[in-house]
Formats: sequence, C-alpha cells, structure tokens
Amino acid sequence: MLQIYCPYCKQTREEEEFSYAGEAHIKRPSDPQAASDKEWGDYLFFRKNPRGIHHEMWQHSAGCRRYFNVIRNTVTYEVLESYPMGTSPSEQPAHAATISTAGELQ
Amino acid sequence: MQINRLASGGRVNHAKPLNFSFNGKRYQGLEGDTLASALLANGVNVVGRSFKYGRPRGIVGHGAEEPNAIVQLGSGAQTIPNLRATQVELYEGLEARSVSGWPSVDYDLMSVMGVFKRMLPPGFYYKTFMRPQKLWMTYEHFIRKAAGLGSAPVEADVDSYDRLNQHCDVLVVGAGPAGLVAAREAARSGARVIIADEQSEFGGSLLGASSHVDQQPAADWLAQIVQELNEFANVQRLPRSTVFGYYDHNFLAIVERRTDHLGISAESGTRQRLHRVRARQVVLATGAIERPLVFAHNDVPGVMLASSVATYVNRYAVLPGNKLLLFTSNDDAYQTAINWHKAGREVVAVVDSRMAPGGDLNQIMADLNIQLYCGHGVIEVVGKKRVKAAVIAPLSVDGSSIIGQTLRLDCDLVACSGGWSPVIHLSSHTGTRPQWSDQVVGFVPGESVQQERSAGAARGTYGLTRCLEEGAAAGAKAALAAGFGDGVVEFTAPGADEASQEPQQPLFLVPHSKPTSRAPSQFVDFQLDVTAAGIELAAREGYESVEHVKRYTALGFGTDQGKLGNINGLAILSKALGQTIAETGTTIFRPSYTPTTFGAIAGRDVQSLFDPERYTSMHRWHEQQGAHWEDVGQWKRPWYFPKPGESMHEAVNRECLAVRNSVGMLDASTLGKIDIQGSDAAEFLNRVYTNGYLKLAAGKCRYGLMLKEDGMVFDDGVTACLAENHYLMFTTTGGAAGVLSWLELWHQTEWPELNVFFTSATDHWATATITGPNARKVLEKVCDDIDLSADAFKFMDWRDGTVADVAARVFRISFTGELTFEVNVPAHHGRHVWEKLYEAGQEFDITPYGTETMHVLRAEKGFIIVGQDTDGSMTPQDLNMGWVVGKNKDFSFIGHRGLNREDCQREDRKQLVGLKTLDPKTVLPEGAQIVVDPSQPLPMAMQGHVTSSYYSAHLGHSIALAVVKGGHKRIGETIHCPLADGRSVPAEIVSSVFYDPQGDRQNV
Ligand SMILES: [Zn+2]
Repeated sequence: MLQIYCPYCKQTREEEEFSYAGEAHIKRPSDPQAASDKEWGDYLFFRKNPRGIHHEMWQHSAGCRRYFNVIRNTVTYEVLESYPMGTSPSEQPAHAATISTAGELQ
Repeated sequence: MQINRLASGGRVNHAKPLNFSFNGKRYQGLEGDTLASALLANGVNVVGRSFKYGRPRGIVGHGAEEPNAIVQLGSGAQTIPNLRATQVELYEGLEARSVSGWPSVDYDLMSVMGVFKRMLPPGFYYKTFMRPQKLWMTYEHFIRKAAGLGSAPVEADVDSYDRLNQHCDVLVVGAGPAGLVAAREAARSGARVIIADEQSEFGGSLLGASSHVDQQPAADWLAQIVQELNEFANVQRLPRSTVFGYYDHNFLAIVERRTDHLGISAESGTRQRLHRVRARQVVLATGAIERPLVFAHNDVPGVMLASSVATYVNRYAVLPGNKLLLFTSNDDAYQTAINWHKAGREVVAVVDSRMAPGGDLNQIMADLNIQLYCGHGVIEVVGKKRVKAAVIAPLSVDGSSIIGQTLRLDCDLVACSGGWSPVIHLSSHTGTRPQWSDQVVGFVPGESVQQERSAGAARGTYGLTRCLEEGAAAGAKAALAAGFGDGVVEFTAPGADEASQEPQQPLFLVPHSKPTSRAPSQFVDFQLDVTAAGIELAAREGYESVEHVKRYTALGFGTDQGKLGNINGLAILSKALGQTIAETGTTIFRPSYTPTTFGAIAGRDVQSLFDPERYTSMHRWHEQQGAHWEDVGQWKRPWYFPKPGESMHEAVNRECLAVRNSVGMLDASTLGKIDIQGSDAAEFLNRVYTNGYLKLAAGKCRYGLMLKEDGMVFDDGVTACLAENHYLMFTTTGGAAGVLSWLELWHQTEWPELNVFFTSATDHWATATITGPNARKVLEKVCDDIDLSADAFKFMDWRDGTVADVAARVFRISFTGELTFEVNVPAHHGRHVWEKLYEAGQEFDITPYGTETMHVLRAEKGFIIVGQDTDGSMTPQDLNMGWVVGKNKDFSFIGHRGLNREDCQREDRKQLVGLKTLDPKTVLPEGAQIVVDPSQPLPMAMQGHVTSSYYSAHLGHSIALAVVKGGHKRIGETIHCPLADGRSVPAEIVSSVFYDPQGDRQNV
C-alpha cells in the first residue's frame, strides 16, 4: 500500500484513492496520420518497464480526479516526487523526504 | 490425570482446571495453559502424523515455530484449521483434532503401508508437474486425504470481524524485554506508540525464564514495566496480536485475536480485528527461535527444543518427560538441564558437541553432579512413538565425523539446541536481503529500506542486558526519527544475572555411522518431511539455487514457512555445494508470518456488504413485481419478470412478443450519463468519437463509437446536444466510470487547452424506456406539452417537456428497433413517472421487461453490446459499422491512425455476422467455436466463435451473432459448431440484422 502525494490537493493520501494510468511523458505524434508505422507503433505499444526510477501517471480518482505525474522506484516502491501535468520534475525531489529515506537508521 | 504437572509454580492457575478434548478423548488442563502445554501435562506423545511418511510426531516447540502440533479447532461454521497447538490458549470445552493422520494419529495407514516413502521422493512436486496434469490431480486428492491439511469451514462464518485503520509514531513489534523497554522509551518522548505481541501476555522469553532482572525475579520486573506502560495514555497495547505483514511505505498489518481464547462460541463481540497501521517508525523486537539439531530419527516424539522444555517447566509447570537428555552446541541451553534438575526429575546427561565448554553454567552443572559428555553428539534416537534412548558418539572437533565408540543412554526426552535463529521475517517483508553472520551463526536483518530498526535477539543480540540496552536505544531513536524526544536513552539496563558464555559451535548436521544417504532419516523440515539426504540429493541432481532447492525439496513450504528447518537446510545444501552459507543465501520470507483468517482480512465486507449494490429509483417496484435480477457492474437490474408458473424461457418470449406487437417498458436508469459542457465541448466530442459532432444541433442525438488509439472499439452510445456547448453522453452501464476517466485523461494530458467540463450524471436521472408500436399512444396519455407526432418529433430527436407532471427529457432513440421514447426524469421522481406510464399503458397491455428481453430484441436487430460482441480486438469495420466512422473529419480522432495499420486492413479479420442454425430450435451456446469441417483431426482450425445467442419468439427460430474470419464475404456459407458434449451444430452465415433490415419500424 503506497502513499501518494497529490500535487493538486496538496496532500499525501492512501493508494486506494488513486488509479494507475500508465507511463508518463509519452508524446502523441502531433499529426498522427503523417506518422510512420514505426513511429505510431512506438507511441502505441512500446513502454519502458524499467527496474528502478519510473515516471508514471496516476489519477486521484476518489479525490480531485486530476491526473498527475509520479516518479516511483519500481524496485523499492518509493514514491520520490509528484508533479502536475505539463511540468517537469524538480532536480531535488520535493516530497521524497517525507515518505522515503529520511531519518537515520540503526 | 495430569501426570506431568507440577503441584505448583508457573504462570498457570492450579486452582482452575479446564476440560477439553483432543482427537475425541477428554482431558483436563489449567487456566493459563496452551493446548500444547495441557497435552504435555497429560502425557500425550503423538499429536500428528508426518506429511509424507506418516511418522508419529510430537510437540517440538512452544510458539509460532511449532511444525507438528497443527490442529483444527471446533466444528461447523466456526471451525479453524491449521492452528499451532502451542499458540492456542486453553478454554473450557475446547475441542481440537489433528489435521494429519488417517484414519487416526495413533494408527496411520500410510505409514503402515509405507506408501508415501516410495511415492514421494524429493523432487516429487517438480517431477509430477512435469508429467501430464491429470496425474497430479490423482495424487493431490490422495495426498490431501492422507496427509491432512486441515479442512476449511463449509458454512458461513457466524462471527464478526472488524478492521481498523490506524496511525502511530512508533510501532513496536514484540513485547519481550527489548520490545518492552523500546516502547517505554518511545512513550516517554510523547510519541503515539503501539506495541503488539502474539502471546496472551507481554514478556516474551521472560515468561518462560527462571532468571533474575535487576535483583528481582524476572516475573516481578515484567509486572512492573507492563504496569508502567499501562499508565501511558499514548501507548496502545495489543496482546494476542500478530504483526503478520510489513508492506510498502511503513504499512503493517496486525491481526488481534479478541475472543478466540474464550471459546469457539464466544458471543462477546468481535472475534478478531485487523489493524491496518501506518507507522512513522517501527522497532522490530521479534526475538529468535531456537534451532533444532539434525540427527537420525530426530522427529520421534520426545525430541524437543531446549528452550521449549524450559518454558514448559517454568511457565506452565509441566515436565514433558521423566528422564531428560540435553544435546547442545552452546551454553545457553544448559539452563534447561538446571531447570529440569531443580524441578526434581532426572537429567540423564548433557551432551555438548564442543570439546571444552567452560562457562559459568558449566560449573553449576558440575556442582549439581550432572553427567556431561563433551565433544559428543546424539547421532540417533531410539523409539517410535516416544523416545526410549539416545545413541551418542564422540565427534571430531568440527563436528563433522564420528571418531569413536557409540554409547546408548536410556531417556524419554531429548532437549536439543543448535543455537538461535533471529526472527527476521518482518524485516524480510520490507524487501531487504538478510545477511549471514558467522558470529551470530544465523541470518540477521539486512540494511533497512523502510523506517525500521531491529533490536535484541531479532538482530542476533543475545544476553538480557544487551537486549535491554539495545531495545531502549531503538525506542529512543525511533521516537526521535518520528519527531519526538532527543534520542537520549533515560534508562540504564539493570544488571541481569547473566552467566558468562563460551562461543557456540555451528552444528547443522550431526554425522551418523552411515553416510547421510543411507543413514536413518535425519529430519530438517518436520512439517514437510524434508531430510538431510533429500537436500543432498537435490544438490547431486544439479540444483544450486536455494530457491530451486526449496521448490525441489519443499523445504520451508509448510504453513510454518520453515521457521525451524531453514537454516539447517541451507547449511546442509551449502556444504553439499562446497560453498559458504553466505554464498548460498536464503529464500525470502513473505507475509503472513503465521496463517491469518480470511474473516479478519474480510472484516465487515462480507455478504450484502461485500460489494456495494446500486438500485434504481424503480427498484422496489420491480421487486414487488417479482423480478429476477441480473448484476450489471454493481447495479441490480431486472433480468425478467416471470408471471406465476412461468419459466424464464416463457417469460422472455412473452416479453419479446409484447414489445414487437404492442408496447413494453424497460428501466434504463443504469445507463451511464456524462454531462459535458464548455465552449470546446463539440470539438472534444469530435476528437473522441469516430463520427462528427460539430454539426449536431440542439434537440438532436447521435450514435457514436469510441475507439482506443489502436482503433479497437471500447464503448458506444448516444450523445444528445442539450443546448449550445452542452451535451449529454450516454455510455454503456458497465463502461460509465471508465469512459469518464478516459475523457478526463485526454482532456488533462493531451488537450488541456480545450474548454470542457465533465460531470457524472448517471445517478441524477431515472429512465423509463417505452417501446413498441403503441409507445406513442401510451406516452400521449401522460404528456401533453410535447408534439409527439412522427413529423414533429423524429427518430434521433429529443424534447424537453412534462411527463406525468414531472419535468422530463424525452429521447427518441431505440435499442429494440421499434418506435421508442426514453423518458428521463430526475431520479427521485423515477418511480412516480414509471407507475404513471405503467398505468397509462394498461389498455395496451404494457409489459415490463428485463435485460434478457432487451438482449434478444437488440440481437434480432444486430445491435452490438460492447464487451459481449466485442472483446477489444474489433474495429468498426469488423462490426460492419464503417458508417459510424467519419471519413472527412479535420481532426485525427482517437483511433483514426490505428485503423490505418496494416493489421486492421486484413481481409481475414474476425468479422461480425449472424448465424442461423439449420435446425431452427437449436440455440447455440455463447462462446461456441466455429469450424469449417467438424470431422477434421484435432486441433481443429478455428474460424471464430459465437458471441450472442438466443431464441427469437418473434422470428420463430434461434438467432446468433458471431465473429468469423472474413465473415462479411462468407454470407450463405454453412459452418459447424463442435460442442463439448460431442454434438456438432451446423449453421448458415447470414446478415447480422435478422429483423427489419431497413429500420422502418423505429422511424414511424
Ligand atoms: Zn487530488
């Protein structure tokens, strides 16, 4: 069970309020009809599926219903940052400190 | 007769006997007993039969680690399978039975026949799965019956369970000495603390100890600190509570057993509670489990863990035998022999694998005149249903070989200790890899990846003083990390009376005079009968990865997850592979730590609360009419309305004919409705639908298909233009939520510049569909402000007006092919308007119908149902609906480019057609496969399948929709549907429109 920060509600909420919506920052060809089969195929079917840092979209479906971007580590499930649609992640993940590796251990 | 019970002492109430039964026999125990301690008090040796070989098994441990004493409690609705007798608190009237042993634990047919030993060599599962699956089914049935895995209750659970969502600053897992002081330190800082422990009372190892803390008996020190914790208002104490899973982002699940200890039929409230805890910081003080020693016939009842023997003596006043032999590789276990001696029974000998042990306890042993065999090991135990004697032999310095004559010592109890294994299960749940420590001789928690730290024996720290120090420090640090206190420990560990100890000897397999492969069975995993020879065999057969060996041998696969056997098994494997244990690594523990009931996990989400049910405002009316129901998503929709004595078939035929010949009415309130507004609403619709919406005028409706980007149909429905920049979109009942999210996704991610807003309006409106040749006549009686004439109110128009004195929107759209008016009114007026329409329709014998009739009528017209006739791989062209696709739209609508892909142009794509069986009465089953030649050899070349199939009363024959490869060009061809029962049904490919192909009837 993840905790996810909604950049619109400005709150960290339980995963069950959210729906996963696939990989983020996939650009739709601006003129689909002009796109080659290869370009269209890449857009349509190919996804990164990385081991580690992944940029993905979530919808706050039981909240404000806004879509936003999340940086999540697919190995540790840490949520490193949430940021609004149409923006770029910050250099220093803003919300990482509240939910991941802060505090000294042992 | 509690032959093994001491007259006094322990934490049991000697004045309060409790009656219970085990495997049908009656016994007496004491308040404070577990089922296991009570059985031992009564001298019950055999409590189960082993999984593969059917060998008699006795109680080995005293807690979660117990592999053998697995019982089923009670019967009927409240029975619980697979409980460890060591964790079942005794209560008056308790009834338990072994889950294993057939026909009984005392006479096990399997062991007499020796069947399983031949049938189940190591690798059995693996090899069986490699064979045809049929054989596995045969085995499985046999194994379950014979080996016994407990039986699940077949009746509904009558108890109630609760679920709590909680937050805390510091969660302490385990209330042994380290956990208790950790909780106290954290509590002092003001942090909100939860401390949970699986036992009935706090204290952990101190409950079974005879030691002193701070110059007072351990029990007194314990009472004092528990009292202190009680006084903190910011501490929640959870005894009888197992933290069984550690999940992402410091989310932990705890099951609290509230009434199980009071008896199966407790009527005193919630039986169990699931605490879902989001903890800022966690302290894992889960302790350690003693490791058994592996020698020949080490599974004979009477071979137990040394600490368990001590616990039974000290905590339960039970002496589980008469003549004790202690076998150890460390000093710690000596305490057991001393306790036994002081309790007044004979210690036959202490056998220590080390050459020259010399700790303080050693001296006490000598003072008590206990016989000590150094540099020796028990290589075999004699006895079948109880230990009769132990065979010991001198061992080499490294414990790997026998270097002299064996000696037989008579005894009936062998307490053994191969050191301790930290309980790292919860730490493992977080995803960190356990680390092997040569010093601890065990795996310790890996580097923390969540907000947690381990303390005390859970991280391999032994010795009471050090555990207390570490616990206190962990509590203070956890509080600080959560934002409380200063991290400084206020507490100085009291001097516990600890004896000096010599290093333990790693001893994972005691040698036998014969090589392991030919020695009598040396058990590693008692629950699944995994032997040292079996593990060596796996290594010889080429298995190197510990994960593969686990699956090959079943080591650690039992309900105990190998709590006792894992380390010995890994060590034996490592030796066979010629590598270190660190190199071999360990398998990973996963939740649950101990089995958890479904009841606790389900909580109140059962029966009618399992899933929300959605009712339309006409629901009660349908109920009163005797509707049978169909679940559509969460909606309850009338399926059909049978008259007294009518079968479903008869009712549906009657309903269908009523619509075709006069008039019917359908509750269509469940259709998804999305209100769309904004200056770019039309442009947006134009992009998400295949057809054009820019020219749709107010008062008009249009049917559209929605595609995914790959060109495949994913929803359909009608959209009405309510006014300029204002639309109402109808979606399928099941697709409503998904379509709304889809629209929002495109608006928010691709086209945020469009000014458009979406609001779900599904529940705001109730819809009564009036359909049939007499529909206009019915509506006219209750609506006088809309001109309902064919010329004024055309097909695919909608009008505002008043129906039965209620403001209404009336749509002329049709899913039956007949003249249809869909009357939409605000939901709270739904039943009133429905009843008025029903009343108005009486003279035309208006017939309410359900979803089944709706399906038949639409299939007669060849109208698709998305999700039934489509499966995510159908294009509009496949559905013969190319007419819905706008050819000249400016914007490349969603799915447009996808349709241009080569694959979408293939002529042999599966295409929607109709099927008419040659025998008009035969109704094909939906899902039936279609072939050209039914006599071809298997596997047959599939041509497609049936998607919808009904009997049409109006047409007088069966009808079916199907998808067939290149079907549009195969009209007239005869195909065959081979069925599971051996029949093959011939049918002709026809047009998918069976009725009124010109669509005249809906336009009248
Ligand atoms: Zn939000």
